[in-house]
Amino acid sequence: MASPMRIRAKTTDGVTEVKALMSHPMETGMRKDADGKPIPAHYITEVTATHNDKLVLHAYWGPAVSQNPFLNFRFKGGAAGDTVTIKWVDNQGESQSEQTALT
Amino acid sequence: MNYPRRSFLKLGGTALAALATTALWPLRALAAAVRPEAAFVAKDLEGTYKGLGGMPTESAEIDLSTPDIAENGAVVPINVTSKLPGTEEIYILVEKNPNPLAAMFTIPEGTEPFVSLRVKVAQTCNLIAVVKAGGKLYSTAKETKVTLGGCGG
Amino acid sequence: MKMKNGLFAALAWVTLAALNVPAAAVAQDAGDDIFAQYREMFGDDNPAELIELQGEDLWSQTRGPKKASLEQCDLGLGPGKLDGAYARLPRYFADTKRVMDLETRLIHCMVTLQGFAEKDLVAKPFSGRGDQPSDLEALSAFIAGRSRGTPIEVSQAHAQERAAYERGKAFFFYRAGPHDFSCATCHSQSGKRIRLQALPNLTEAADARKAYATWPGYRISEGTVRTMEWRMGDCARQQRLPELQFGSDIAIGLITYLGVMANGEPMNAPGLKR
Repeated sequence: MASPMRIRAKTTDGVTEVKALMSHPMETGMRKDADGKPIPAHYITEVTATHNDKLVLHAYWGPAVSQNPFLNFRFKGGAAGDTVTIKWVDNQGESQSEQTALT
Repeated sequence: MNYPRRSFLKLGGTALAALATTALWPLRALAAAVRPEAAFVAKDLEGTYKGLGGMPTESAEIDLSTPDIAENGAVVPINVTSKLPGTEEIYILVEKNPNPLAAMFTIPEGTEPFVSLRVKVAQTCNLIAVVKAGGKLYSTAKETKVTLGGCGG
Repeated sequence: MKMKNGLFAALAWVTLAALNVPAAAVAQDAGDDIFAQYREMFGDDNPAELIELQGEDLWSQTRGPKKASLEQCDLGLGPGKLDGAYARLPRYFADTKRVMDLETRLIHCMVTLQGFAEKDLVAKPFSGRGDQPSDLEALSAFIAGRSRGTPIEVSQAHAQERAAYERGKAFFFYRAGPHDFSCATCHSQSGKRIRLQALPNLTEAADARKAYATWPGYRISEGTVRTMEWRMGDCARQQRLPELQFGSDIAIGLITYLGVMANGEPMNAPGLKR
């Protein structure tokens, strides 16, 4: 469990509110470590959110998104038993995916 | 829990293909497929707008909510809601960051034209929400003051 | 940026002075309210949750030379009983015959149950900036989270618990170091702030309760959860005192003193900190 993700999804009056917390350092590449060596850029570049198989949000990010990113959005048509999946990929080629079921 | 990159790309491709076949918004699917790299690496607002395809028009139809003063510039919450019909994309810009463009969101049909994110703000400046609606760019801006709280870092 | 902030603060003072508001009230209000809108925007969405998840995972993982999990660790309410345990720490433990806070008790469990060497565990208990959270940070976040809503109830029943309180209180007011500082220098008066940030008066129940109930906390400036032992050590560092030893009687005494001052407040940790 090196980089967990937590997704909360709640449906009210046909609108599903999704809140996601992602574990990621979001290094800008402009900082230096204690020894004065530059810390390489390491940040999420792309986020994809799907409701079952349908794309509900797509994002491209730069390094200015805060460390351990928080994302909140809303879509229509979610029903109990449906799944919401969020995936990210970063500039070092790492990726992560997490799914939650709507209740 | 870690997805290999290849399977991620395959899944992403499937999702995009599925969206493209809904046919109603083929342009959106295309837009989502290309990262506006020139805008992300631009070092000032002018360059960013050039990368996005033009200067936005100021609009009162975009709600931008940010704190007036932030305790820590490393994490500044920002909420954007667009009331412009046909909102396709939402961009979040921080005027005086080394690269102003922080994030770009593509809003498919059925998703509310709203996003909430937390961004780094290097110094007191305008936070800007740019919305692409009906193929045109609109924007609104709000200043957030950045401080450093307590005993240093 | 510093100059801008200074200017802003100066302008604020001029404006307020013109309004003839008593100085003490100004400091209190400015410190309390200026960041209220910023903090409200975070709602309940605290990145500490991610570290709690890591702690939950660590708690049940089979680790160490003895290949055991921590699930039989007794935090005072019996082996494996986590709900509400943190709200009752520090406390006297009969098996070790001493008062222990959460972190020293966790080290004790990692040594006795999992077979880790104590010196390795306390050599670097906290993560560096930008690193993954340390085991102790992740476990503390998870266990504190299991006391959410439980009123703080730090016991003073045992003679050693009372002694820890007295030791902590004495240290809190003890002035030392090149600046002749004590904890009380910053934390024993109401309505004071440093830069724009309100300083809690830890000698009064209202502030002490709010402060204690939100540690451990996710420190935005550090990007991770910081623990109560870390907080005590950092205060000593800011005072330019010799390094406060992890798990020392002074550290546990301080936490006991602050805990007793906060008794009755529902735990609300991990909190979200600047």
